[in-house]
Amino acid sequence: MSETIDPNDRWPHEVYERLKSAGVRHVSYVPDAGHSTLIEAAIGDPTVTTTMLTTEEEGVAIATGAWLGGMRSVLLMQSSGVGNCINMLSLPVQTRTPLLMLVTMRGEWGEFNPWQVPMGQATEASLKAIGVQVVRPDTEADISAAAAQGALMAYEADQQVAVLIGQKLLGKKTW
Amino acid sequence: MVKTSNERPQRESMDRRAAVVRLVATRRDGLIVTGLGSPSYDVYAAGDDDRNYYLWGAMGGAALVGLGLALAQPDRRVMVITGDGEQLMAMGSLATIAVAAPLGLDLFILDNEHYGETGMQISHTKRGVDLAAVAAASGFASTAVFQTLTELETFLASDGACAQAGPRLYVLKIATDSPPRALPPRDAVHIKNRFRANLGFSPN
Repeated sequence: MSETIDPNDRWPHEVYERLKSAGVRHVSYVPDAGHSTLIEAAIGDPTVTTTMLTTEEEGVAIATGAWLGGMRSVLLMQSSGVGNCINMLSLPVQTRTPLLMLVTMRGEWGEFNPWQVPMGQATEASLKAIGVQVVRPDTEADISAAAAQGALMAYEADQQVAVLIGQKLLGKKTW
Repeated sequence: MVKTSNERPQRESMDRRAAVVRLVATRRDGLIVTGLGSPSYDVYAAGDDDRNYYLWGAMGGAALVGLGLALAQPDRRVMVITGDGEQLMAMGSLATIAVAAPLGLDLFILDNEHYGETGMQISHTKRGVDLAAVAAASGFASTAVFQTLTELETFLASDGACAQAGPRLYVLKIATDSPPRALPPRDAVHIKNRFRANLGFSPN
């Protein structure tokens, strides 16, 4: 499988720098093409701990535990993983614990795989229904600013924030 | 028609409150995360403490909250005390924890082979699933199943200086009786702020 996304695209590097500036020291992820550059940056950074998940809701609980222990964690996933997280999101919502999720979207723009469409269409509504703040950058240039303000609202204002990175901004998956 | 032929025969077990009292007594500087339901009541009954983090929901999250805490506080011991049903909901977490390999994390599974909160329906462990074996196969540093209080006490007595040897998972086979409920605070923000304050963090 190959991607039309250029791994040298600027936004993942800009986002990573913003996350570091916001004090993020832990990154959880389920492997994802859209987040591959960001994941590689975290794995290659000796000052950041990374945790590979078997399913996305694990990262919600890990981020809650990390905050209890004074560490800022960010959770990376694809929109299909949001559905896996819903009940576990009651943990940071009810405990008013900071949570920042960066979600790459599928099933909404130029999608070739119809199986991605139901959860892609339900992602934003599901997050809002459980009480998570949703941020949608309109352009590629806005992604890093969205991540930075999302980090501020999470770690400084105790919010649970999801930044949805649109499929239009990521490009079409090709095989 | 539910098949019951693969239910494990009843074996020896220990009193859950007596077991948890012994676990908590050996916490040293340990931070404790409890799974929803009876494990939270058991730990609260053993003595409330600012270093206890009680879950009242988020089923399947206890071990992973413990993982996040252990990653953030690598010099501290983190004990997760939860039930078989709660841990069964997060089988994958055992793979995640084994790969993350936090040295200070110990999971204690209070295994009565039933779902106590919902009316004592049998769980997968009653039908032979062995959580200690799953953890061992996943790569945990140490695992065991304790059938009796004496076995648990022997282990705890020999474990005095063994913190930072994790991740470890121990199954405690407990009786199915339900002791009187001892309810920890349900105010999740209060428990969070109290726990963090003990570690030196102030609320936002």
